[in-house]
Amino acid sequence: MSVLHPVLSVRDLRVEFVTRRGILKAIDGISFDIAKGEVLGVVGESGAGKSVTGSAVIGLIDPPGRIAGGEIHLSGMRIDNLPPEEMRRVRGKRIGMIFQDPLTSLNPLYRVSEQLIETIRTHTNLSASAARKRAIDLLAEVGIPAPDKRIDSYPHEFSGGMRQRVVIALALCAEPELIIADEPTTALDVSVQAQIISLLKRLGREHGTAIMLVTHDMGVIAETADRVAVMYAGRIAEIGPVRDVVQNPLHPYAKGLMGAIPSLENDSSERLVQIPGSMPRLSAIPPGCPFNPRCPNVFDRCRVERPDPIQHSEHRVACHLYDQSPVRSEAVA
Amino acid sequence: MTERPYVEVKDLRRVFDVSKPWLNRVLEGGEKQYLKAVDGVSFNIAKGETFALVGESGSGKSTVARMVVGLLPPTSGEVMIDGISMSSQAASSERQRLRRRIQMIFQDPYASLNPRWSVDRIVAEPIRAFRLIEDEKDINARVGELLSFVGLHPADGKKYPHEFSGGQRQRVAIARALASDAEFIVCDEPTSALDVSVQAQILNLMRDLQDRLGLTYLFISHNLAVVRHMASRIGVMYLGRIVEISEGRELFTHPKHPYTRMLLDAVPDVGMTGRQRIPVSGEIPNPISPPSGCTFNPRCPLANERCIEQAPPLLGGVACHAVHEGRTTTHAAA
Repeated sequence: MSVLHPVLSVRDLRVEFVTRRGILKAIDGISFDIAKGEVLGVVGESGAGKSVTGSAVIGLIDPPGRIAGGEIHLSGMRIDNLPPEEMRRVRGKRIGMIFQDPLTSLNPLYRVSEQLIETIRTHTNLSASAARKRAIDLLAEVGIPAPDKRIDSYPHEFSGGMRQRVVIALALCAEPELIIADEPTTALDVSVQAQIISLLKRLGREHGTAIMLVTHDMGVIAETADRVAVMYAGRIAEIGPVRDVVQNPLHPYAKGLMGAIPSLENDSSERLVQIPGSMPRLSAIPPGCPFNPRCPNVFDRCRVERPDPIQHSEHRVACHLYDQSPVRSEAVA
Repeated sequence: MTERPYVEVKDLRRVFDVSKPWLNRVLEGGEKQYLKAVDGVSFNIAKGETFALVGESGSGKSTVARMVVGLLPPTSGEVMIDGISMSSQAASSERQRLRRRIQMIFQDPYASLNPRWSVDRIVAEPIRAFRLIEDEKDINARVGELLSFVGLHPADGKKYPHEFSGGQRQRVAIARALASDAEFIVCDEPTSALDVSVQAQILNLMRDLQDRLGLTYLFISHNLAVVRHMASRIGVMYLGRIVEISEGRELFTHPKHPYTRMLLDAVPDVGMTGRQRIPVSGEIPNPISPPSGCTFNPRCPLANERCIEQAPPLLGGVACHAVHEGRTTTHAAA
């Protein structure tokens, strides 16, 4: 999918953490776009760098972490090098955020109404009464029953699912162009999770908001996302339309990941696909392709040369198996 | 003795006192409050079988697991394992011998292993505690054997838990469970803290061990797909009761109880089959003041007056008035 005017455009982003033992590369050169109204799913296992990617986009990488290279553009404006004060205005106004744990995203000492109205008035010039009306509308939109009464409750008076709805309302306050949802349904039960997923999908569609959905749950991605990026050891292994990646993954890691998920349809007699080993630590990422020690299709080139993303039909896949130019591999060897 | 199930759980109940402190009750005039975490749960597990309990948080599945292994005394009801009651005082010496054969695997492999102990010592602990092997050399040999059983290297025994990843720690926990020659293993969300690729490794390992050693599992999980993969029979719990109990394939192809159907519909569809689904409504109610009658009635599309007044018994594997009466389509009930 060629994106003409992406809302979010990330180019060759690198994030490093400086530690006593040296520099750890948490994100090592990733590029992707998200168009208006599009949901990009970012999946990967713990330590793949998916949350760090989200934090980098909203400029919340704290020292010892730092953006070591690359560019992030929001609707054509470069945001990765903005001074903190200006970035603070972008955050919340133009980029909304939804985190995993709704309890920690809300201040327990303030009523929901105060938190919503404060956010609305920070980013718009509505009067107090108009802001309150907008806050009630937002709560109604995210599916909170009797919003005119519930708005004056404290966060602890809501259930987990309802609290996550409040957080979504909070993210929507300033009509952002982009929402970053980091594991928004992980802390919720399945029945509530389904409600939150369909809510996110509907909001993205109706408001034309671009959504970056970070999760480890392939099922959530399959339900929600238009495109999906599979991350491994700080790099994008494969990115493409969600149906293609889920049903016909190309990268050996993506293949293993899909096969490892127990499915409701499959019969229980089948064994799950097993990827041997586990994700490397950031301090010990193998040379060449980071997946090479676990890869069933590994060959010599994988151990020395890092694969660049290759366009393959509608996917982009970082794997030497799909490289059609054998000349280059010999040049390297 | 041929037809007796290996594990028999009869009408198990557990009530927790969640009242405010006595002084507050006196000053503020509050009543005592009780939470029925488990309310009359019965099931059987045959030898060599995997029985799973699924449910959302607060449904009481972990409380059942803890009562089955004897970590928590039941308020009433009985757990019989291989014909020996876990609660009666009379058979205490027999119970001691039984203890050895029951083990548990917990959700969090970071919290369930002592960080100051080497893996060798952790795995040898049940062997020493039950005095299964006296000779130190033989203990070491047995520990090495157990570690290679679960896919670790015998030399890994010298390491400490922090040197392992989450999946490897769960392997250590499994090795420890097997160390006392356990026959019955209660697994409480054994893979919930793990990544999918590691989860697949652990689930495959658990199935291999079952085939090799004839283990019986009680498998607790909130993940329906994992349960489908592991269990031959499944009980679905809602607010402390089993609402449906059935053979695995049957439950997933022909779910009967409206809650089971809702739960299955709610699972995100990795296969992307584009199936139609009923939108899910509501959340699990507060267990301190559960709804009257059938506890699912406020969320149930099939509920009528009877469901609000009477709790349905578990008949034919389903606890639902609507199913018993044959009103199973949504529009007929509306």
